[in-house]
Amino acid sequence: MSNYQAVGLTREEYMKIIDYIGREPNLLELNMYGVMWSEHCSYKHSRPLFKHFPTSGEKVLQGPGENAGIVDIGDNLAIVMKIESHNHPSAIEPYQGAATGVGGIIRDIFAMGARPIALLNSLRFGEIEKYDRVKYLLEGVVEGIAGYGNCIGIPTVGGEVYFNKSYNGNPLVNAMCVGVIEHDKIHRGNASGVGNSIMYVGAATGRDGIGGASFASVELTEESEEKRSAVQVGDPFMEKLLLEACLELLDTGSIIGIQDLGAAGLTSACCETATRGEGGMEIDVLKVPRREKGMLPVEVMISESQERMLVIVEKGREEEVEKIVEKWGLHAVVIGKVTDNGRLVVKEGDGIVADLPAESLDSSGAPKYYRDYEIPDYYREAKKFRPEDITEPKNYNDTLTSLLKSPNIASKEWIYRQYDHMVRTNTVIKPGSDAAVLRIRGTKKAIALTTDCNSRYCYLDPREGSKIAVLEAARNIICSGGRPLAITDGLNFGNPEKPDRYWQFRESIIGISEACRELDTPVISGNVSFYNETDTQAIYPTPIIGMVGVIDDVEKTCSMDFKAVGDIILQIGETKPEIGGSEYLSAIHNMETGEIPFVNIAREIKAHKAILESIDRGLLESAHDISEGGIAVGLAECCMGKGIGARVNLETSLRSDFELFSESQSRFLVAIKPENLQKVIDIFTEFKVPFKPVGETSGDSLNININNKEIINLPITKMEALWRGAIECLIQ
Amino acid sequence: MKAKVYVTLKKSIADPQGNAIGKALNKIGYDNVEDVRIGKLIETELGEVTKETAEKQLKEMCEKLLANTVIEQYSFEVLG
Amino acid sequence: MKFGIVVFPGSNCDIDCYHALRDSLNQDVDYIWHDTEGLKEYDCIILPGGFSYGDYLRCGAVAPFSKVMDEIRVHAEKGKLLVGICNGFQILTEMGLLPGALVRNKNLKFICNTVPLKVENIDTPFTNRCDLGQVINIPIAHGEGNYVVEKDELAKMKENRQILFTYQENPNGSVLDIAGICNEGKNVLGMMPHPERACEELLGNREGRLVFESIISFLEGGWKSE
Repeated sequence: MSNYQAVGLTREEYMKIIDYIGREPNLLELNMYGVMWSEHCSYKHSRPLFKHFPTSGEKVLQGPGENAGIVDIGDNLAIVMKIESHNHPSAIEPYQGAATGVGGIIRDIFAMGARPIALLNSLRFGEIEKYDRVKYLLEGVVEGIAGYGNCIGIPTVGGEVYFNKSYNGNPLVNAMCVGVIEHDKIHRGNASGVGNSIMYVGAATGRDGIGGASFASVELTEESEEKRSAVQVGDPFMEKLLLEACLELLDTGSIIGIQDLGAAGLTSACCETATRGEGGMEIDVLKVPRREKGMLPVEVMISESQERMLVIVEKGREEEVEKIVEKWGLHAVVIGKVTDNGRLVVKEGDGIVADLPAESLDSSGAPKYYRDYEIPDYYREAKKFRPEDITEPKNYNDTLTSLLKSPNIASKEWIYRQYDHMVRTNTVIKPGSDAAVLRIRGTKKAIALTTDCNSRYCYLDPREGSKIAVLEAARNIICSGGRPLAITDGLNFGNPEKPDRYWQFRESIIGISEACRELDTPVISGNVSFYNETDTQAIYPTPIIGMVGVIDDVEKTCSMDFKAVGDIILQIGETKPEIGGSEYLSAIHNMETGEIPFVNIAREIKAHKAILESIDRGLLESAHDISEGGIAVGLAECCMGKGIGARVNLETSLRSDFELFSESQSRFLVAIKPENLQKVIDIFTEFKVPFKPVGETSGDSLNININNKEIINLPITKMEALWRGAIECLIQ
Repeated sequence: MKAKVYVTLKKSIADPQGNAIGKALNKIGYDNVEDVRIGKLIETELGEVTKETAEKQLKEMCEKLLANTVIEQYSFEVLG
Repeated sequence: MKFGIVVFPGSNCDIDCYHALRDSLNQDVDYIWHDTEGLKEYDCIILPGGFSYGDYLRCGAVAPFSKVMDEIRVHAEKGKLLVGICNGFQILTEMGLLPGALVRNKNLKFICNTVPLKVENIDTPFTNRCDLGQVINIPIAHGEGNYVVEKDELAKMKENRQILFTYQENPNGSVLDIAGICNEGKNVLGMMPHPERACEELLGNREGRLVFESIISFLEGGWKSE
């Protein structure tokens, strides 16, 4: 194998390097290109499609391209957010993989100058009922997220967990962090001002994180070969110190730019800050604090040791920086300076060991690929499914309880109980409702946060499924009383070099873009993870949408659980026989096929407006969107929060199972006090949104009639025991 | 002078981690495993000191910080 | 009347205690940095929750060696009020100011939940506004809250009525369902649950105020032990 292959580059890419620098790169330089031009850092397959995304808007203060995106919420405050994947590390070592995923995304947020206030995570695992390894991965990932987030004291307030056979060999771990910042405190990763100092803050550099595909080991001794490790280990206490030290530093005004050391370590941080600033930088690897003896320059430059930051400091103020950093028990050292010659120069003492055009390393210099795509056969095949062909269940009490304890619908309490979701006492709506709500101290405002993606929909129809993912996120925000503001996307796909996978990716981007444009929720940051596949199969396309919304008056926050008996229940939207891709079809009939539900975004937005106006006027007791498991599961979820039952009659011409479990889009369940009913009806009529009263809250059981004939009658306590206990039961 | 310090929970204190591992060992076929106790191994490099000083220091370290003698017991070995 | 909240580098609930006392209970309150020398006079000092120094060796093992802690020990020995919540409770047992120790939860998992506690003794500065046997719902968030103590010590604690709060549904394996205790002098409280997380309606729970209101009432002289 040639040198360039060993760092994961092709012959064409190697020739491109020679073109850039006019000579053969040395091994350090080659490794730097290897990590920077890897898919993970360069987005070489995905970036050309990003032009579809709407990324700007009146409220966007920072779009994609920085450590994280920023959106305005008024009162001189803004929300900073980003989602990132840590799929492959978590598959190898679930605890550390997930923990360092959380650590990395937190650094992206405080690198912008923001204080992180919330964590969310979106997880996908294989068939938990079948494989012990899936249980091991789930337990390890959850403990890793808990271990890091709990220790650093940032509440983990939301997220989602789904199980599907497509993730048997390849779990997904996406972590999202949200911070809050005053407008004038926003910092960026710029190395500006020739002569300013580059300082290194945080943990010492070790050999961790070295050893992925893009690492040429030609130069290494046997000893260092043995010591290097692809598994990074997180230290949340160190990160807490780093966070506090950096936020204090940023308040001094001595900091020009700040950047975390993430993927591709120092190499990436140096060239990104250089290209965003004056264009050049010179550093000395001997000055970089090290954890191990005998490290080579290449190991220092591409190490992915955790809890490290690069700060660009105004010349002459280095001591001030050192002092603050020392207060937090850490060290800051000058490792180099800003230049304007466009070169990233790496020295080892006096000798130059790498000298490269900075721009050639980062994403503007990296190759870009437009791949061929083709529509896979399964896509057309799935559309042939006829819902009428499935047999109708005989006992609907059994069907509903089976759905409630199926892993995808069952309560995720066993998981979120392990996360401290209350620390910092801002969590107004805790995990378990549609969206998490956090008040913003010092204002009347709150923010609503959610992550969403139904990947079965995205598999069966990537474009429509991805639109639905965005809309589902918006519904969760709306039901909490929030106005959707912006999204961050975690795009998890298979191998983009395969035309059918690339088609899924392309379709998904187009779908997200269309939905975001119509909802006016720009994409402000995100992450792409490709090659999520094993020999036998790729994961279902999983574009996770992390959305933030703002609630102007925190007192008007709404949640999904029924609050009192005697309230009227309205169904918003219309139920059609849309069973394709549903949880019912999968969990009860063991089929993942069909045409997924149709969605009309413009019409749905009217429903959003009507619901928000109703919440704003204080007319709704609860609001919940109808999603997986249809109206039957939706009603059960509203009942289980506070143990308040419901009597419902559905007038319909559909088959009972279609009526109960259809996943028709743009539907909601709201509860209203009788005296407010007419006002709500007026609002929905004015917005021309279809609705119908379906029953009222009552007693301690869920009774559902279809055309006045009772088909479901279940005590809430019974449903709740099954629903809450299911995941724990599967693990043990 | 190198030393190894071992800290384990006292016999009278329940050890849920040890129990969980014992059960797991039974589950994968080691039926004869009756008891597992989890503890900590702390490796230290003490620099240039005599064996006597090292032992005196280690005992202090254990009493002051490395072990909580309400629940834990300790032992150490000086490796020369 | 003045409250002080000690801030270790890894404290997480310092801010929560501060807001609960200042904003919800209108009290005068200071943060106390862990390496402070020359501690001011406080009527009640709180060691908040968190992971004081990363807690890698044992929870709360390193914190007793912080500069400010010698003076805090003196504060307690003078009979003034000292409260350890969660990690603070762990630190107080490490310092020997409270008996026993806190070990891994029985199920080996971190647990974050709101749980019912029964008030077992109301003749203390920390519980005098409660009713005997009253059940209050208070959040817990810990991985090592399983209280253990030697038999003789436990018998002594029972006799002195040092057990102040017990779990109604034991979440972590604590002996006798113990959730919170005080010292023999009844001026040092340690509890795993977080009353500071339950002080305002917006967060859906005000029952934690009872602990702070008891302290305030004691400090105002509105309640005296027999």
